[in-house]
Amino acid sequence: MTHRHPVVPWVEQSTQVRTSTVNLMFSIENKRHFRYAPQKKFAALYRPKENFNHFIHARDYASTPQRFYLTPPQVNSILKANEYSFKVPEFDGKNISSVLGFDSNQLPANAPIEDRRSAATCLQTRGMLLGVFDGHAGCACAQAVSERLFYYIAVSLLPHETLLEIENAVESGRALLPILQWHKHPNDYFSKEASKLYFNSLRTYWQELIDLNSGETTDVKEALINAFKRLDNDISLEAQVGDPNSFLNYLVLRVAFSGATACVAHVDGIDLHIANTGDSRAMLGVQEEDGSWSAVNLSYDHNAQNEHEVERVKMEHPKSEEKSLVKQDRLLGLLMPFRAFGDVKFKWSIELQKRVVESGPDQLNDNEYTKFIPPNYHTPPYLTAEPEVIHHKLRPQDKFLVLATDGLWETMHRQDVARIVGEYLTGVHHQQPIAVGGYKVTLGQMHGLLTERRARISSVFEDQNAATHLIRHAVGNNEFGTVDHERLSKMLSLPEELARMYRDDITIIVVQFNSHVIGACQNEEL
Amino acid sequence: MGTSVAYHLSKMGWKDIVLLEQGRLAAGTTRFCAGIVSTARHASIELKMADYSNKLYQQLEQETGVKTGYMKTGSVSLAQTQDRLISLKRIASSLNVMGIPCEIITPKQVAQLHPLINIHDLVGAMYVPEDALVSSANVSLALATAASRNGVQIHERTSVSHVSVQKGRVTGVETDRGQIQCQYFVNCAGQWAYELGHSGEEPVNIPLHACEHFYLLTHPLKEPLASNLPTIVDPDGRIYIRNWQGGILSGGFEKNPKPLFTEGRNQLEIQNLQEDWDHFEPLLSALLRRMPDLETLQIMQLVNCPESFTPDMRCIMGESPTVRGYFVLAGMNSAGISYGGGAGKYLAEWMVNGYPSENVWPLDLKRFGTLQSSRTFLRHRVMEVMPLMCDLKVPRWDFQTGRQLRTSPLYDRLDAQGARWMEKHGFERVKYFVPPGKDLLDLDQSKTFYKPDWFDIVGSEVKCCKEAVCVIDMSSFTKFEISSTGDQALESLQYLFSNDLDVPVGHVVHTGMLNEKGGYENDCSIARLSKRSFFMISPTDQQVHCWAWLKNRLPDDSNLTMEDVTWKYTALNLIGPRAVDVLSELSYAPITPEHFPSLFCKEMSVGYANGIRVMSITHTGEPGFMLYIPIEYALHVYNEVMNMGQKYGIRNAGYYALRSLRIEKFFAFWGQDLDAFTTPMECGREFQVKLEKGMQFVGQEALLEQKQNGVYKRFTMFILEDHDTDTDLWPWWGEPIFRNGRYVGKTTSSAYSYTLERHVCLGFVQHFDEQTGEELVVTTDFINQGEYEINIAGQRFQAKAKLYPFSSLFAHRRRKDEVELSGYQRE
Repeated sequence: MTHRHPVVPWVEQSTQVRTSTVNLMFSIENKRHFRYAPQKKFAALYRPKENFNHFIHARDYASTPQRFYLTPPQVNSILKANEYSFKVPEFDGKNISSVLGFDSNQLPANAPIEDRRSAATCLQTRGMLLGVFDGHAGCACAQAVSERLFYYIAVSLLPHETLLEIENAVESGRALLPILQWHKHPNDYFSKEASKLYFNSLRTYWQELIDLNSGETTDVKEALINAFKRLDNDISLEAQVGDPNSFLNYLVLRVAFSGATACVAHVDGIDLHIANTGDSRAMLGVQEEDGSWSAVNLSYDHNAQNEHEVERVKMEHPKSEEKSLVKQDRLLGLLMPFRAFGDVKFKWSIELQKRVVESGPDQLNDNEYTKFIPPNYHTPPYLTAEPEVIHHKLRPQDKFLVLATDGLWETMHRQDVARIVGEYLTGVHHQQPIAVGGYKVTLGQMHGLLTERRARISSVFEDQNAATHLIRHAVGNNEFGTVDHERLSKMLSLPEELARMYRDDITIIVVQFNSHVIGACQNEEL
Repeated sequence: MGTSVAYHLSKMGWKDIVLLEQGRLAAGTTRFCAGIVSTARHASIELKMADYSNKLYQQLEQETGVKTGYMKTGSVSLAQTQDRLISLKRIASSLNVMGIPCEIITPKQVAQLHPLINIHDLVGAMYVPEDALVSSANVSLALATAASRNGVQIHERTSVSHVSVQKGRVTGVETDRGQIQCQYFVNCAGQWAYELGHSGEEPVNIPLHACEHFYLLTHPLKEPLASNLPTIVDPDGRIYIRNWQGGILSGGFEKNPKPLFTEGRNQLEIQNLQEDWDHFEPLLSALLRRMPDLETLQIMQLVNCPESFTPDMRCIMGESPTVRGYFVLAGMNSAGISYGGGAGKYLAEWMVNGYPSENVWPLDLKRFGTLQSSRTFLRHRVMEVMPLMCDLKVPRWDFQTGRQLRTSPLYDRLDAQGARWMEKHGFERVKYFVPPGKDLLDLDQSKTFYKPDWFDIVGSEVKCCKEAVCVIDMSSFTKFEISSTGDQALESLQYLFSNDLDVPVGHVVHTGMLNEKGGYENDCSIARLSKRSFFMISPTDQQVHCWAWLKNRLPDDSNLTMEDVTWKYTALNLIGPRAVDVLSELSYAPITPEHFPSLFCKEMSVGYANGIRVMSITHTGEPGFMLYIPIEYALHVYNEVMNMGQKYGIRNAGYYALRSLRIEKFFAFWGQDLDAFTTPMECGREFQVKLEKGMQFVGQEALLEQKQNGVYKRFTMFILEDHDTDTDLWPWWGEPIFRNGRYVGKTTSSAYSYTLERHVCLGFVQHFDEQTGEELVVTTDFINQGEYEINIAGQRFQAKAKLYPFSSLFAHRRRKDEVELSGYQRE
């Protein structure tokens, strides 16, 4: 285990510190933590034993219990390391987009983090794309999907003439029309090495679209489904074909053998489409007339808790497998999400898997995991990347959209998410005001109440980013639903090998809508 | 406010008065007013208004039979810091000389005056035993009752839609219940005054803006508070506390005010005017800190009542500069009840007699122009003003909001050279230049009653003015051009100004623009450009007042034109003995004293630029020139002057240096030393008046009478003797002057003279009869035969009185004949 990606630099500096930190771990008595304890996508396979060695080893040093806390500024610098905000520019003082902007952030638990996020504006069609991707068995697949999926979607949405124009430009070596404008955090990288390969696959896709020219206007829902399926297909094909470059060859295999869920939003005027594959979630924050906040789900989790999903999987396979299909709430007893990109171990035939692994590079052969064939593997594929698409017409009361990986949803209820983000975005002014009314309140009582409220508000103002604010609550919330700094500090000072046992990677995008524009669009449509 | 004006108008004998109220009388802010009558005010005119109000309310119940709830409780203003105590002592010394009882007391004495107060963090307090509490709604009703007995008609539930104007005069009022014809209209619409002013065809700018204001009412204490307990004002805690029906009423001026009605009256905002406890929290904390025992007291209500605030924290009264007969009284900055009586009286006098009985220039509507009526400006400014109500007022503080509105074309150049700025009438002016590498304290720390951190910086600028040459950008001055086809311009100006303007072309004349009583309405310099055209320079804040004054008095003659050219010229003051050398190198025109004597004006070229009006005046008594430069040449001329001036040691200077120079030369300036109640005779400027210029002029009779009978006050210069500049409190203005131990007047301005190495105060000396207090004629002997003391925040310093400036003995002067005998200067 190397420490190339220290989660908490202060903890990594000396054994002394580490010792005390671990010691502190034991002082967290609250059993509640363990409810969220290691929900590994591959619980049985993937628990790294050496982590435990560290853990026990470290415990031996714990002779002098020292209290170790991160100070609030240290906590903030961890929470804010990955935050990103984008505001849609206004034109002539009027914002013509239904999106005001978005805030996004991620907090790693794995090292390196396996979550990815993407956001881009479509330049050749209208609309904005936003997505969160939760990788498992490594981050390769999530990374590839975060780089590639939006291009596939954008191309699927392009009208025939634009596709022709682009193809002609490539053909004659002219400058290509830009398709997407990315809104990226400096830490969100694109792989340089694979760009050529990815581009060729994409080009083949649009060439096919040109040949298929149906002459019909593109339906967003269909485009999303096509793009998801096509990309997954390309990932699979690239791994089967391989690449002469050994680095790339290994890369495409890692992409195919790892997996990723995806939850993508496409916003164009008042049309909001959510395409979801796996167990990340999209949620709409709605402000009721009385000012309170409620949550509307815009995606269904594809996991064992979703009866329809279990039903679907069972329908797709012979009755004889019914018992072995879902075990311990996991697909074939192994995989938590029931839909995902990559994960060819659940898609390819056993023969294909063996052939590719054997002809593959040594690193692949040495990996126990890739060689392992899931039990009861009779009628592949067991897994699909096809998304479920939900279309929603935005209304003025729809104030924001939260896209987040399951790391958030397993710690917080969506109703709380809606309230916390809603109150954050509208600021303190809309905080429920205090009214004395006919009650008997003394000055002292009122003073105590106000001081407490102000303390709460000042913690709100530490965050400039709704996603950061949400993470602060997800990690630091106590029993009363308020952020407990001590708890936050403890959770963030976990050494990286322990962090994963207490929480998952969390990735959040909060999209804020412009109610005025939405109201105006609505009127136009009427 | 309306009832007070109606009451006083009817008392002064006016008939046919109609009072219109859109809702019910005394139902607006008046109803919610905290009802504290407090005379602890900084400005002397405000103090007089409050004092009059107090006396009026005291006898109102007897006069009208309406219960006003008047209760003489006294007030205690607390000081948590030494600086605050100094500030209170300054107020106390002005209250005392006005005959209002007032004393500085110790924290222990505070505890004796009020049982609940926590004194452990106090350094002292000021006790004003005569201050009172009233029910503001009842006072208003009492005034209305008295007014209607005197024949005033009162119409409630009548709202004014607009005021009709014909030929620049009020002719009537349109209401929702019909039309009323009238010659005079008074806008007392409080926070709606701005909107009402703008509703007519001829807009009247009344710069004020409303802010939410909160105060707390509680149930009675277990042992109800006595109704005669003094009101507590804790400015450092930003709160006031008065007894109220056995409990308390407490409000304050928070640091983060909530302005409202920026876009006019708004039903939504009116509905949202609710209790905002989170907003009130800092004030509640301050209250519980001051009176910890109140913890168990039960809350009755948190009242939210909007108050209107003005850009400079002073109320607005007077006649509109554009519409005759349109009067205004509004913008009370939350002191409506304290000022109400006095303000109503002054306005009534103004309407009946044409002028009030006191100098109200600091409150005159005409101190503002259209430039202060942007809603954005007002919104931002009142957000600064409201917290300032409680902030410490130290000498020379500047507003921070609404800045960089009017600037000279050289602004950026000067700023880059370290200029520090202040603002007058929206115009940015340089205070001084911070030399490179030198840091001053930041804004908050630099607030002091003692020696300021810029002392040495200004000292070196003054030295440079005395020994070499300095440039001061003085573009903010108001500049008018008056010309005619025939002799109309000369004839009109000869009538309106006291000095003789029939001088050869190219001469500059210092002259007062006087009122009928001989008082200064304006003090200016007029250059005769040609036989028929004149160039007039007046103080910056005269732009609106002087324009209105002249417009109303110049004959309605199409051959006579007056133009405001303020914006067309950049003015550079080239000051110092080497100014003549710099200018000589830049122009072929001869400017030696033989060709260019003092008080001369010539158009010439400077550098490449032609048509520069050069005048041999500096407004300080030092040698030098004023350059009036068409703005497009400003940068060129400035660059040329600075380049050429290098070998003569030229440098930039600011207004602080200018002030030090003019005060040590005993130059009075309008708005500070001179006002509408000061005549040239009273400030040693008889030579600027030509009583025998062959024709009549405004104020002539009054001056003739003064010449015969003598004057009742005399502008005097005082040199502080036993004052240590480094360790003693600095004088500012408004300090009482004592002659042989008896109060004789107040200072009007002061500065440190780097030449004399002493503080110089300017002020007026009066002569009160020792027995009767009657005002007597002030003679030169009276001034000269006295021992003087100046009271700075309670501490008296010996001072030497002088009626004439120091001669050339002190001032290093190159050209003897160049002395301006007198001049004016503005800050």
